[in-house]
Amino acid sequence: MIDIIVGHYNYWVVIFLMMAGFYTVIDRGNLIKKIAGLSIFQTSVFLLYISIGYVSDGTTPIIAEGFTRYSNPLPHVLILTAIVVGVSTTALGLALIVRINEAYGTIEEDEIHEQDKSL
Amino acid sequence: MKHNLILRVIAKYLFPVIALFAFYVQFHGDYGPGGGFQAGVILSVAFILYTLVFGLDTAEQVLSPGVLRILACTGVLLYAGTGVVTMLFGGNFLDYDLLALNPIEGQHIGIMLIELGVGVTVSAIMLVIFFAFAGRERS
Amino acid sequence: MIEQNLSLLLVVIPLLAAPVTAMLPAGRLPWLLTLIVSWTCLVIAGWQLSVVIDGSVISYELGGWAPPWGIEYRIDAMNAFVALILSGIAAITLPYALRTVEKDIPRHQTSLFYAVFLLCLVGLLGIAQTGDVFNLFVFLEISSLSSYVLIAMGEQRRALTSAFQYLIMGTIGATFLLIGIGLVYAETGTLNMVDLNLRLQPILDHRTVHTGFAFIVVGIALKLALFPLHLWLPNAYKYAPSVVSVFLAATATKVAVYIMLRMVFGVFSNDFVRITPTDQMFLLLGIFGVILASVTAIYQTDVKRLLAYSSVAQVSYMVLGMGLASVLGITATLVHVFNHALIKGALFMACGALVYRVGSSQFENLNGLGRQMPWTFSAIFIAGLSLIGIPGTAGFISKWYFMLAALEQQSWLIALVILLGSLLAVVYMWKIVEVMFLRPASDNVASVKEAPVSLLIPMWVLVIANIYFGFYTELTVNVADSAARLLGVAAYHE
Repeated sequence: MIDIIVGHYNYWVVIFLMMAGFYTVIDRGNLIKKIAGLSIFQTSVFLLYISIGYVSDGTTPIIAEGFTRYSNPLPHVLILTAIVVGVSTTALGLALIVRINEAYGTIEEDEIHEQDKSL
Repeated sequence: MKHNLILRVIAKYLFPVIALFAFYVQFHGDYGPGGGFQAGVILSVAFILYTLVFGLDTAEQVLSPGVLRILACTGVLLYAGTGVVTMLFGGNFLDYDLLALNPIEGQHIGIMLIELGVGVTVSAIMLVIFFAFAGRERS
Repeated sequence: MIEQNLSLLLVVIPLLAAPVTAMLPAGRLPWLLTLIVSWTCLVIAGWQLSVVIDGSVISYELGGWAPPWGIEYRIDAMNAFVALILSGIAAITLPYALRTVEKDIPRHQTSLFYAVFLLCLVGLLGIAQTGDVFNLFVFLEISSLSSYVLIAMGEQRRALTSAFQYLIMGTIGATFLLIGIGLVYAETGTLNMVDLNLRLQPILDHRTVHTGFAFIVVGIALKLALFPLHLWLPNAYKYAPSVVSVFLAATATKVAVYIMLRMVFGVFSNDFVRITPTDQMFLLLGIFGVILASVTAIYQTDVKRLLAYSSVAQVSYMVLGMGLASVLGITATLVHVFNHALIKGALFMACGALVYRVGSSQFENLNGLGRQMPWTFSAIFIAGLSLIGIPGTAGFISKWYFMLAALEQQSWLIALVILLGSLLAVVYMWKIVEVMFLRPASDNVASVKEAPVSLLIPMWVLVIANIYFGFYTELTVNVADSAARLLGVAAYHE
């Protein structure tokens, strides 16, 4: 039992971050908080990939004398790409929020709906 | 921040150090950890620091949005162009082996060009994003 | 040298053209370059399909790294078919774009607009070409990010909120897909689709594989606007600039259908669909989607929103086809992907022509417009017949195959749903006809002229294609059939 909790602590962190981020995206009405939640949600997936790539007692995957076990570099590369995607998404989301704020004068979702309905 | 002497002096000294580190990460990327993406972000950090201390107008005199757009596009073209050149040499897309007589040397040249393209684009895009947000008038 | 690289050039040419377009001065030059690129892509896609139509496979190793280690582009009949649809729609949309973009997009943004359009095309074509699941994720995000930008370029401020909502939903979907890919990678250690398929077969009962599958399906379902995850779609289509509505309505969800087919049947397998309740789930969601989305469409008071809900219903048909999980079912799905792209392309083009002349797609502004714009109106009428599935139109062929697939398995309920969906389509298309033709013209309409020729020609090309592919079914049905068989789907027998 202890083994499951302690031995997989990285996965517990992943699950916690994933749920926290996902909950924030769904529950919060503030658009900035939504984007923040989305970033946390994506970050948890990065951590998941890095965990998958870990090899016990492995070092950084750079060839050097005296080391024979390396972590799997492929998930690192994949996640570098996914980070770029995440950065672009966040930047685009924030840019949209700036434009929304200019058009509506608010970034609260319920107030935006209120304004759209009154039209 | 224009009147804060300490910040101005420190920023002036930090700028070349950050930029130098960026170039180290860029050109050492094929031997050790590093590469175009990290280097591009670090280089853009140097300019962002400069902008924060000296103001947007001064920064845009150095790098205007028009230049940044061209730089961002050039990086992508350099990346894809390298791939096209390898195709012209009769190989597959991004098959670096054919870039030199010796495949190992070819791999070196190829990864160098690719990472340079990535570095140029990433630093330009980060600055475009920063300038776009910073330059937006408050409504 | 050129020929061996053509499959890759299909993705690389628009990729190279996008930054060049962004650097061009605003005006007609960016449009011209985009037009040339999309027609080049169409030629390459046509050539590609002619090579693989006999069931052969083109394999292309990026960077000379052999699969499964390197990224492989693997083109069989289905990939080539989807790539042909995508580049065909892009090629036909661009002549239409010239006038509408001049009206919808500020002049200084035109070069950036076309650059983003090309990036969207890169993403969609990349999805169709690649044989690597992670590469697929990256291309999916390229196309999605650029479509958020394209939608946000709409004139009204609600375009911004619609794009934001789509961004949230789309990113959640893509991240789910990423989680699923990660879990499957953890189990198999490979990302190549063919290799994944081989390595997954012995471990189909592992819990990690099941969890990964669930994440992948839900993630794609968000992009697919599968009922009940479709809520982002109507607003996104309504508030986008006309040409973007046309392009996305005809391509974005179709590509998602392709991804779903490829992942569920190509990467996992037909067996997996049968041992898990995946097929029942698809059938259930498809049935609800066809009926509820069609009923919602009837209550809309805006042509664009009505067509968007109709798109959700039509996508549900494709999901029904997947749920049947037989050669006939998948064939029907693929045929419908093609035909629906023709139908919705024509309808959204007509809708864009209305917006071009009247400035709105609300019913109250369109009263009696059919007599002022006879060509646009008849395009809506014929494409509407095709949507309903009247014999002699392309829509009939796909409905016919759905019917065959349902009857083959004696699923009377599904056959009934397909008929009901068509009847509901009659109702909502009739609403448009009634507003535009039977109601007396209101004052604002009297001076409206027919849409410009540059809008009418692409629209009518698609309308004529709707009729042509209603009689000439060899291409669509043969390709779809051979694609379904290559996917490893067995014919239904019990």
